[in-house]
Amino acid sequence: MNTELTGVIVMFLLSVLLAIPLGKYIAKVFAGEKTLLDFMHPLERFIYRLCGIDPNRKMNWKEFLAAMLTINLVWFVYAFFMLIFQDKLPLNPDGNAGQTPDLAFNTAISFLVNCNLQHYSGESGLTYLTQLLVVTFLQFVSAATGIAALVALFNGLKEKTTNNLGNFWSIFVKATTRVLLPLSFVMGVILAFNGTPASFDGKDTITTLQGDTVNVSRGPAAGMIAIKQLGTNGGGWFGVNSAHPLENPNYFTNIIETIAILLIPMALIFALGYYIKRKKLAYVIFGAMTLLFIIFCSINIYFETKGNPALDKMGIAQDIGSMEGKEIRLGSAATAFWSIATTSTSNGSVNGMHDSLTPVSGGVAMLDMMINALYGGVGVGLLNYFIFIIIAVFISGLMVGRTPEFMGHKVEAREVKIAALITLLSTFLIKAGTAFAAYMLVHHPDVGWAVKPGAWLNNPGYHGFSEMLYEFTSANANNGSGFEGLGDNNVFWNVTTGIVLILGRYLPIIGPLAIVGLLANKKYIPQSSGTLRTDSMTFGVMTLAVIIIITALSYFPPLALGPLAEYFSMK
Amino acid sequence: MFAAEFIGPAIQQSFIKLSPRIMWRNPVMFTVEIGTLIMLLVTIYSFTVNDATVGRFGYNLVVFAVLFVTLLFANFAEALAEARGKAQADSLRKTREETPAKKINAVGEIFTDEIQVVASSMLRKGDIFYCETGDIIPMDGEIIEGLATIDESAITGESAPVIREAGGDKSSVTGGTKVLSDHIKVRVTTEPGESFLDKMIALVEGASRQKTPNEIALTILLASFTLIFIIVCVTLKPFADYANTTITIAAYISLFVCLIPTTIGGLLSAIGIAGMDRALRANVITKSGKAVETAGDLDTLLLDKTGTITIGNRKATGFWPAGNVNEKQFIEACVLASLADETPEGKSIIELADTRGFKKPSLQKDKVHFVEFTAETRSSGIDMEGLHIRKGAFDAIRQKVEKAGNKIPVETMNKTKEIAADGGTPLVVSSNDTALGVIELQDIIKPGIQERFERLRKMGVKTVMVTGDNPLTAKFIANKAGVDDFIAEAKPEDKMNYIKKEQSGGKLVAMMGDGTNDAPALAQADVGVAMNSGTQAAKEAGNMVDLDNDPTKLIEIVEIGKQLLITRGTITTFSIANDVAKYFAIVPALFITSIPALQALNIMNLKSPESAILSAVIFNAIIIPLLIPLSLRGVQYKPIGASALLRRNLLVYGLGGIIAPFIGIKLIDMLLGLWL
Repeated sequence: MNTELTGVIVMFLLSVLLAIPLGKYIAKVFAGEKTLLDFMHPLERFIYRLCGIDPNRKMNWKEFLAAMLTINLVWFVYAFFMLIFQDKLPLNPDGNAGQTPDLAFNTAISFLVNCNLQHYSGESGLTYLTQLLVVTFLQFVSAATGIAALVALFNGLKEKTTNNLGNFWSIFVKATTRVLLPLSFVMGVILAFNGTPASFDGKDTITTLQGDTVNVSRGPAAGMIAIKQLGTNGGGWFGVNSAHPLENPNYFTNIIETIAILLIPMALIFALGYYIKRKKLAYVIFGAMTLLFIIFCSINIYFETKGNPALDKMGIAQDIGSMEGKEIRLGSAATAFWSIATTSTSNGSVNGMHDSLTPVSGGVAMLDMMINALYGGVGVGLLNYFIFIIIAVFISGLMVGRTPEFMGHKVEAREVKIAALITLLSTFLIKAGTAFAAYMLVHHPDVGWAVKPGAWLNNPGYHGFSEMLYEFTSANANNGSGFEGLGDNNVFWNVTTGIVLILGRYLPIIGPLAIVGLLANKKYIPQSSGTLRTDSMTFGVMTLAVIIIITALSYFPPLALGPLAEYFSMK
Repeated sequence: MFAAEFIGPAIQQSFIKLSPRIMWRNPVMFTVEIGTLIMLLVTIYSFTVNDATVGRFGYNLVVFAVLFVTLLFANFAEALAEARGKAQADSLRKTREETPAKKINAVGEIFTDEIQVVASSMLRKGDIFYCETGDIIPMDGEIIEGLATIDESAITGESAPVIREAGGDKSSVTGGTKVLSDHIKVRVTTEPGESFLDKMIALVEGASRQKTPNEIALTILLASFTLIFIIVCVTLKPFADYANTTITIAAYISLFVCLIPTTIGGLLSAIGIAGMDRALRANVITKSGKAVETAGDLDTLLLDKTGTITIGNRKATGFWPAGNVNEKQFIEACVLASLADETPEGKSIIELADTRGFKKPSLQKDKVHFVEFTAETRSSGIDMEGLHIRKGAFDAIRQKVEKAGNKIPVETMNKTKEIAADGGTPLVVSSNDTALGVIELQDIIKPGIQERFERLRKMGVKTVMVTGDNPLTAKFIANKAGVDDFIAEAKPEDKMNYIKKEQSGGKLVAMMGDGTNDAPALAQADVGVAMNSGTQAAKEAGNMVDLDNDPTKLIEIVEIGKQLLITRGTITTFSIANDVAKYFAIVPALFITSIPALQALNIMNLKSPESAILSAVIFNAIIIPLLIPLSLRGVQYKPIGASALLRRNLLVYGLGGIIAPFIGIKLIDMLLGLWL
């Protein structure tokens, strides 16, 4: 077996091995049990006192969501104005300009919703102040918001009948102090020691062997890159993200960063098992997700290491795979693995350009984001999977001749309605967005935007279609990676993707919490031998089948017109 | 299933149901109707104007015709289910055609004895009528005076006459049944057109049919699938513009109709009606579709011991003479002691003796004296020709025997204990204060009942036996019959309390009952099945009425309910799984001219884009009538555990649903190839 493949397997196994104890730890933190990090308690108490929070107040699902949405709105307003006025604020050694309102809108939203779609380049589009106090800050709080939403779901599932989904503030603060901060600290230190900058100095200058002078951007980047990876944020310090030699200096940091992508999303699944004391359920969910994840990885690694058929036809040797848009120090297999890890988890960081992926790999990356529930974003991935569970429970409940029920609660019209709407939503956002873009491109190519629709696409034809489809898919999945090559810094893309970002973030949080709130309120039905067990292999397969069928049926035409058409034309 | 008598009206109904006002209730088929209408306009347009972008006239006409037929097929499924249900109900209703009624006139509140013969349709609720030997009972009612034997075979199919009498739990009479002897006065309990049967017919006919909770949830899911496919089809337009492809309206509509779940959408209401119809075939009248569905969810069944678990009352099963008594002598004594005993136990002793060759002796009435059972002596028997034969409980006979200075033989003593330990009742027989032996009485457990309870257990349904017996006996019979729990020495309120206890634990409970004192529990139960012979109060309280008065019917009802849900679930799965193949047929067909590379997706190797699209819509249409038999019969339920059942159905209807259309569409394409 070649070393590239070994590297991938090591990264995957290490992620799982670390995720299990972390999951146990996270469950303990939120169950209020003793943990190693109890020394954070005074800090948390200080935060509660400062903000006037009563951490013990119980919240029902509506109160929980109200608290969550309110604070998110506050953060949005704060981030928006910081970005517009960043040129007038301190810590701007490179003298970067303030953002235009539509870009600031897109950027603020994008980081607030844990997406990190970047229509700018970090080196020139932000200052150190906004990198730290807007971007990095939002990367912490948006991940903590996701965890808080998921713990609310856990609370609803844990009790037989309850109104109480837990206190948003308390869960949110603990998610930051007990999970995100400590992990980011450790990872930031590792990165800094491997060459990632952690400095407040401005651009450095080096003279190349040819004698040219090159300006190299720097900044307090290591800590930001840590939370970017751990919190499934993905928005890099530098424009080319973890393909940049300072953002991801070597294969070792690549291992660390890849593990960091998967770590918390995986751990939260195990945390579910420990927290609600149904380990088997967690294993079944993890198994179902992993099965599809491995299939996707295998496809991408196969196509990326095989190389580009167009180059093959020209008789050019591609022994190390398709290397367009990839880093020599990382290799095609590690980049292919990262492409799936980052799209599975709605992370969106990249260590190679997705625009350069071979057609099938690019298509699989999109498919992965369309599903958006294989491990998924911090917290929200499992919420998305929960929606699929509800639909699977409903259909399979009927198939075994019983009114469907999940964890002892009947799934009825209201829950099905919410789950169906959430499923519908992503189809609508992705396809309507892409259709709108395609319409503008074909029928109004000369609108006077910063980038004219006619000039949006770097590539004509099927690949250009994929670029547009990818952008909306990434926005809806709150992923943030891009098929770069799309001229996206203009009113159309900033505003449309901004709207897709908001809807694609909050509705899929509100929906599952509403469902669990409604379910938890219902009478508990004890299990009998006629009950369909949701922690069985069979049900895991059923959920997978639902995921595949719904996704395939919703997205077959655009995937056929983009990646598949490109693949078959190249063959 | 497709009997000619149903086909005609069903076809007629298929057209009537095209009315948008009726279609509206079914969102999936309603969108098909809109699509069909658009296709009609396109067809007319392509006939009058020669416009290449809308396609050829002939092709459009065929697509329109196929869509129209799809609608008709869906309506036909529903109409056929209705026709069958109605026929079943009508055959019951026939029994209550116009019959003369002997109405007793009233002057104010006081009923006179004057009898007036009127048509049964003239009777109103509260009227009183009179029936005597040979009369057909004109209307459902409650006996207020008298007792009669009645032939209910018209309704139950059971030829043995039954006794109905005023007061008590067997006071109900049903219209259309015949009085065989005696005479009764009956009070009419329902207005004409409002009997349970009338209500059921209205349910089947759709006038008052309401969607059940699961049906609503499923409709929502199907509607959202429909919406997804609307998005798919609408966004395809700009996508096609981008790819420089022209797609005809016919192709858009074909794609849309193929993708939306028309199979389940078209069959959904037929499945629901068929569920009620199956209940009716089991001679159970349901008051709502919901009750049938709830039956499938039941967790706990309350079953009366007598009649459900055991056959009638306890019976003599053995004669055990004491050591020094010969058997012949003993049995003779038993027969004599039971001659005047009119209780079922007493009669069973005579019957058992009869099977051993002992005929009932004829005695001269003046020489014998029958001793009646009294609470004081707790024994009964006969005095004749110097013989004093007594039969009674062990304690009672022992007292008598020991008082006379005799002893109970050891064998008898032991046998008595043995019988009691086996859940039976020992009756000791003595002659002139000497114990002769023991008669063993046992409950006879219905043959096959253990298997049925086992089946229920596998379905996850708990069975509870309700009996008036003491806890020891109850426990013994419960174990022997294989029920999970029992309520001994049960009073009516015990049933009620048990139901409430189970319900507070989140369980769904069913019970069967007939008496007025059962009514509150019947109302409390999630599924209350009243026996048709029961009182009006019981029938009002329950949500089903069993015409056969058969207590084991609950078990069948549970299966009917489960079958209903399973049929819906599997056909939904099948319908959605079908889409995979349809995509592979239609998407390459749409784009093949502008993107030749997509020929690779034409894995069925269909002849031409036109033939591919037509094959898909034709398959989509004919799958509906092909599945009608399954929808009406119901998918078989097997109690093999939920996970195993899911695996099985997923394999058959999920995987089958993916594969079947590949084959079907390919076949249709080959057939079409003969013409196109």
